[in-house]
Amino acid sequence: MSSSVGSMRPRNITSRIVIYGLLAIFAAMFLLPLFVMVVTSLKSLDELRNGTMLALPQEVTFEAWHKAWSEARIGVGSVNGDGIRGFFWNSFRMVVPAVIISTMLGALNGYVLTKWRFAGHKLIFGLMLFACFIPFQIVLIPMARLLGIMGLANSTAGLVLVHVVYGLGFTTLFFRNFYEAFPDELVKAAQIDGAGFFQIFWRILLPSSGPIIVVTVIYQFTNIWNDFLFGVSFSSGDQAPITVALNNLVNSSTGVKEYNVHMAAAMIAALPTLLVYVVAGRYFVRGLMAGAVKG
Amino acid sequence: MSAVPLTDPAGGSSSSRAERLRHALPKLVLAPSFALVLVFVYGFILWTIYLSFTPSRMLPVYQLIGFDAYQRLWSQPNWYVALQNLAIFGSLYLLLCTAIGLTLAILLDQRIRFEGVLRPIFLYPMALSFIVTGTAWQWFLNPTLGLGRTMQALGWPTWAPVRWLGWENAQFDWLVNTETAIYTVVIAGVWQASGFVMAMFLAGLRGIDGEIIKAAEIDGASSFTIYRRIIIPLLRPVFLSVFIVLAHMAIKSYDLVKALTGGGPGNATELPSTFMYSFTYERSQMAVGAASAVIMLMTITAIIVPYLYSELRERRG
Amino acid sequence: MRIRKLAFVLTAGVLGLAPAKAQEQVEVLHWWTAGGEAAALSVLKDNLAKQGVTWKDMPVAGGSGVQAMTALRARVTAGTPPTAAQLLGFNLRDWGSQGFAANLDDVAKANDWEKLVPEPLKAFSKDAGHWVAVPVNIHSTNWLWINKAALDKAGLQPPKTLDEFIAMLDAFKAQGITALAHGGSPWQDTTLWEAVVLSIGGMDFYKKAVLQLDPAALKSDKMRKAFDTMTKLRGYFDKGFSGRDWNLSTAMVIKGEAGAQEMGDWAKGEFIGAKKVPDQDFVCIRFPGTQGNVLFNADQFMMFKLGAKDIPAQHKMAAAVLDTSFQIAFNKVKGSAPARLGVSDAEFDACGKKGIKDVAEAMAAGTMVGSLAHGYAQPDSIKNAFFDVVTQHLNGQLTTDQALTRLPAAIAAAK
Repeated sequence: MSSSVGSMRPRNITSRIVIYGLLAIFAAMFLLPLFVMVVTSLKSLDELRNGTMLALPQEVTFEAWHKAWSEARIGVGSVNGDGIRGFFWNSFRMVVPAVIISTMLGALNGYVLTKWRFAGHKLIFGLMLFACFIPFQIVLIPMARLLGIMGLANSTAGLVLVHVVYGLGFTTLFFRNFYEAFPDELVKAAQIDGAGFFQIFWRILLPSSGPIIVVTVIYQFTNIWNDFLFGVSFSSGDQAPITVALNNLVNSSTGVKEYNVHMAAAMIAALPTLLVYVVAGRYFVRGLMAGAVKG
Repeated sequence: MSAVPLTDPAGGSSSSRAERLRHALPKLVLAPSFALVLVFVYGFILWTIYLSFTPSRMLPVYQLIGFDAYQRLWSQPNWYVALQNLAIFGSLYLLLCTAIGLTLAILLDQRIRFEGVLRPIFLYPMALSFIVTGTAWQWFLNPTLGLGRTMQALGWPTWAPVRWLGWENAQFDWLVNTETAIYTVVIAGVWQASGFVMAMFLAGLRGIDGEIIKAAEIDGASSFTIYRRIIIPLLRPVFLSVFIVLAHMAIKSYDLVKALTGGGPGNATELPSTFMYSFTYERSQMAVGAASAVIMLMTITAIIVPYLYSELRERRG
Repeated sequence: MRIRKLAFVLTAGVLGLAPAKAQEQVEVLHWWTAGGEAAALSVLKDNLAKQGVTWKDMPVAGGSGVQAMTALRARVTAGTPPTAAQLLGFNLRDWGSQGFAANLDDVAKANDWEKLVPEPLKAFSKDAGHWVAVPVNIHSTNWLWINKAALDKAGLQPPKTLDEFIAMLDAFKAQGITALAHGGSPWQDTTLWEAVVLSIGGMDFYKKAVLQLDPAALKSDKMRKAFDTMTKLRGYFDKGFSGRDWNLSTAMVIKGEAGAQEMGDWAKGEFIGAKKVPDQDFVCIRFPGTQGNVLFNADQFMMFKLGAKDIPAQHKMAAAVLDTSFQIAFNKVKGSAPARLGVSDAEFDACGKKGIKDVAEAMAAGTMVGSLAHGYAQPDSIKNAFFDVVTQHLNGQLTTDQALTRLPAAIAAAK
């Protein structure tokens, strides 16, 4: 890794204070919404009514979390029982296969598009990349029709298919840019040694693909987990992903808005993606360096 | 970079089945993905274009009637509001995300002690959808519930500088004011995306060859000059990537507006994406919705295709 | 079907599909996710369970059913419609005319629906003379909810005219509370607007302007006065009205933070939920100047064409919806009047009794007409043209003059 500019400057106390000060201010601003959500979810309704938004809870209670997870009513009660826990697992059932399949396909596509080029490969890549930019609202009706024809309407399998299809552009892009920088010589040498198409991919490219796999998985996991539009259109009832359940909970017109329960439910819905970013965040920048962004 | 297409050493000369299969294998591997994209993206785009020439209302009908939907589209005052808002939102969003993202990246690149802690703080909004944070934002920006009430409670109106400036009656009512509501959408959008931009710039900064910078320092250039004259110009490709990512996010922004304002007050925060959804599904004017989608796709094409073209040309080596 | 098989094999391997259950089942798409509504609906669920029919719930909340409509389109387009979907007004007609509707004539005949269902509703429950939907309730939108304590403090009687209404709001303002609680969203703005139009113009004018879209009426002085009144009423809102849910505005009236709210009778559910008693804690009256008229809005379950094995369950559900016990249990909570004639009002509270009586009288007098804001006066495209102008005017984006020219233009463009 090359060294940064700052490291080579003589340390200047004033500039250090300014830098840290600015970073602290930005950090506070970025954290504010999360802070409000967490603090609100830990308060009782009474305290919410009387206190201000930014005040710390006088008495920390996990009541709202408990209620959101296993008691809150969503619709007329479903086989999942109450609360959003059932929907939480629905999301996992959808996200895990979708991420695995789209990442695998993206890796293979990137491999073909960089190491096994054929006439027209640029056009094909361009067409796949452009697919990233299609507004999802326009595909709902024809998608519904096709899912119906394939017998995949209202199934998790159908949602997985949808997410794989609309993730392909990005996963292919990430892997293609990454493999572009991978030395062709290694591939050639392996070829001369008699290694086949899949052997080269499996033994030579894949072992060094760690950083880009991390970027792709983070990206896909976040996007698919957070999807609402496809979830609300192509799944139903107790198969719905958590974003749909969260929307049902938050937009329900019950007497008093239980902000604490809503915020707790939102936090629960956000935990997996937050965790992914916090745990894998450092690899994210590293992975971007390694190929997704060309510097 | 030179990327010599690797061809099968025996390709073409042998006619054995295995050889032919080996030759076709890469294409066979790519084929399913490409077929999916062809059907689910380009097929659907063609379908949308077709639909924009029909009189479709609640559900698709397939009788062609010409440009009626486009005429209707361009006679909708809402459509102009949506376009105008996209211009305001898009330019501010691009500008602020890039500025804040670059600033944060440069700050973080100064050998910061807590980089590992700060980075996820700036990145985490990207992990959250507005379906999740929408309630918090709405609450936050609501003049009677959120910041307004908090500022009152904190004694905002009694602070001396506030009174001196004559702001004691100032209320944070951007969200409910038709003139300013679009700016609250910008704030939330910038909050979400600038961390990602930071990550991209940070990756770019870390990829710069230290030798160049060292040479400049030996010449006695100040930090500021080094950034302005050497580093930022070197980041040009990153700027381009950032621009593409942000531009397409701005055009596709939907959850953001739905969660924050629902397009209101009035229709002050309508964007082309919410316009399209509303006309297609809410107002049973599917053809007009399709026509607006076609215009959006054309805009996206106008931005993306030159980029793709230059990107893919450069690499010809 | 080769594609179907292929797709099945591809995905079954990854996910392990559950085999379909052979049992009588109804799948119901609705947006009644709120506590009280959902509880009332579970009465229906339990009734069906007794007949061996399981209830598969498909709730889609938010945006007064907008997302539910998108989900419904996707389901029907995919060829897998739900058993029933909650629909309003012209949406029923739209779906009915597309050939996706089930034929409920047998159930209707067996249960005497012709006689039991009120005429104004029937017009929407049938398509080309055949029953396709079953109504659940009769809501009406021209209600005013007043905090009793604030009213007493002002020393006033409930207002009977628009002028008395304004006087009352001034008195509330003087008390330092929010005079009129309002949630700013297109449908809420238009709910208020239609009551104001009815109050100023009377029923004939409402019919002419809103139902028949008469250009002269749309540009008339009465319409000008209606828009001007909206501007005046806006002066009585609080700062945070924009984008607020209706029930939060109702909560302001309940807590005494606000004096009054114009809202449909579903608002009563909020008062009851907060343990408030009609005439003691709050007052429910027809919107000033609209007594004797009812702008109705009826939730109906549209039934979709299904395979033969699912029809018995669908018919059981259709019959159960108009069952007297469900009608009472549900409408008591919901604040609406039963969608079945001749149901006893004994179990209803004062507001419920008044609602039932008003509906009966208005039906007899021919003054029960569809609510614009809730899809019973115009199809979606025209309804939203009204929404645009009303909400932009209320938010100060259009002047009254502009609104009066914009309204006919917007309606023409939406036709």
